[in-house]
Amino acid sequence: MWTWFHKLASPPHFYRMAGLLRPWFFWPAVILTVIGTYGGLVLAPPDYQMGDGFRIIYVHVPSAYLSTTIYGLMAVAAAVGLIWRIKLAHAVAASAAPIGASFTALALGTGMLWGKPMWGAYWAWDPRLTSELILLFIYFGYMSLRASFEDVNKADRASAVLAIVGVINLPIIHYSVIWWSSLHQGPSIKKLDAPSITGDMLWPLLIMILAFTLFFAAILLYRVKAEVLDREQNSRWVRDLVSGEV
Amino acid sequence: MTGGSIFWAVIQRELQIAFQRLGDLVSPLMFYVLVTALFPLALSPKREVLQNLAPAVLWIAALLALLLSMNALFRTDVEDGSMEQLVIGPHSLPLIMLAKTVAHWLVSGLPLVLLAPLLAVTYYLPAEGVRALCLTLLIGTPTLSLLGSIGAALTAGIRQSGALLALLVMPLMLPVLMYGARGTDLAAQGETISGPLYLLGAFMVLSLTLVPLASAAAIRVSLD
Amino acid sequence: MADFLAMGGYAEFVWSSFGLTAIVMVFNVIAARRRLRVSLERISTRVAHQVRTAPLQQANGKEAIES
Repeated sequence: MWTWFHKLASPPHFYRMAGLLRPWFFWPAVILTVIGTYGGLVLAPPDYQMGDGFRIIYVHVPSAYLSTTIYGLMAVAAAVGLIWRIKLAHAVAASAAPIGASFTALALGTGMLWGKPMWGAYWAWDPRLTSELILLFIYFGYMSLRASFEDVNKADRASAVLAIVGVINLPIIHYSVIWWSSLHQGPSIKKLDAPSITGDMLWPLLIMILAFTLFFAAILLYRVKAEVLDREQNSRWVRDLVSGEV
Repeated sequence: MTGGSIFWAVIQRELQIAFQRLGDLVSPLMFYVLVTALFPLALSPKREVLQNLAPAVLWIAALLALLLSMNALFRTDVEDGSMEQLVIGPHSLPLIMLAKTVAHWLVSGLPLVLLAPLLAVTYYLPAEGVRALCLTLLIGTPTLSLLGSIGAALTAGIRQSGALLALLVMPLMLPVLMYGARGTDLAAQGETISGPLYLLGAFMVLSLTLVPLASAAAIRVSLD
Repeated sequence: MADFLAMGGYAEFVWSSFGLTAIVMVFNVIAARRRLRVSLERISTRVAHQVRTAPLQQANGKEAIES
């Protein structure tokens, strides 16, 4: 079992596996997205509070979930790369960041589009939206820091330190905002909870979450392949691969 | 040298160097005064308005002044090679990083804390508010300096880092800002400030113990 | 059908959200593919250049040894 793991950490092997696995993530993701969208837009009954407006949940929740999960994955990959000096782990972290940032932006955008009909305002400094916004800044900081270094190894290690520090920071910010919101009770506080969700509303949501996750995996594999090529460009196996393709 | 004495030796040396360049000492203070003066001019000099703004403005301006001064924290040492000597030397690098950051706070952070009550008067902040402001700044600014030192260490090797340090470090500083400013606001309204103060204390202790490890790792990366 | 499109009055919000999602997903696919393509092109150009100049480098090396 460990030999499999060790093999996976070898760049040429990983490159090949990534290429093979990718379609197995991508096409199921597409199919599940279609099913989930149909389920969410057509089959699920309208919410008694929000009518058909609640259907935004079927894209908002999966993107929010992805935005934080990707960051967690990024931080773990960065830590693995830093502690055990596995270059591939750094490549995974670098590849995950832009994907995570795009889904964070999507979560914010769909969150705003949900907010306007739900509570009358596009924005509120509530715990979830605020934490999501900070997360976007953390992603940008990570990517900017990476871009500032010419040497890939330095970029890897510096951004790994940042990613790990950010992981501690994010929950603290989230709970700080919640704590302060709980202190200021009053008419200005709107009930910012999600509508209560019944069974036949739930299954499309789960399907969409799964679909988004598979989609992320597919895109990640694409990007890691590119990262691996860049990092290993002087090695034999890359030259053979490229000459073969040319 | 023992662990304790290298700590004080580094602080002493940093302070000596700092006092040779008094201009650098004064600029965070001037920045603090200037930014604080912007709001009455840009918005309104009325008592009610300024009293509302006071905790936030006085805290944010202090944070920004401190942030500005962080750029220089490790940069000159990295550039003239003295940081490299310290890294490969026999002494504990996290301890050295902590000492440098403490010295930096003494020079750039503590003066802000001492100036704050004066500026608070210009914002008509009531006495309980001023007391809360000073306490929160006293406990909060060391944490801010420590968090800033991580960004300073990460960007020390980058020539044109610009606002990168601020971008990296501001998310980290947000909880301290929230508890400091909102805590001051609560106190000014007559509430107790013990909750936020305990949390700020916790953040400070956490930073004192963990941040030097992170900044030591970061400075090693910057030096390679 | 009109009811479906109207989304109970929330049409602009729901359809914008799904539209945004589609855009973000398509963008991710395009960007990732482009990233891989750019890397492959850059490396193959370098390798091709080295292959072309290899005989020249060999010749230079031979001359350097002989002279």
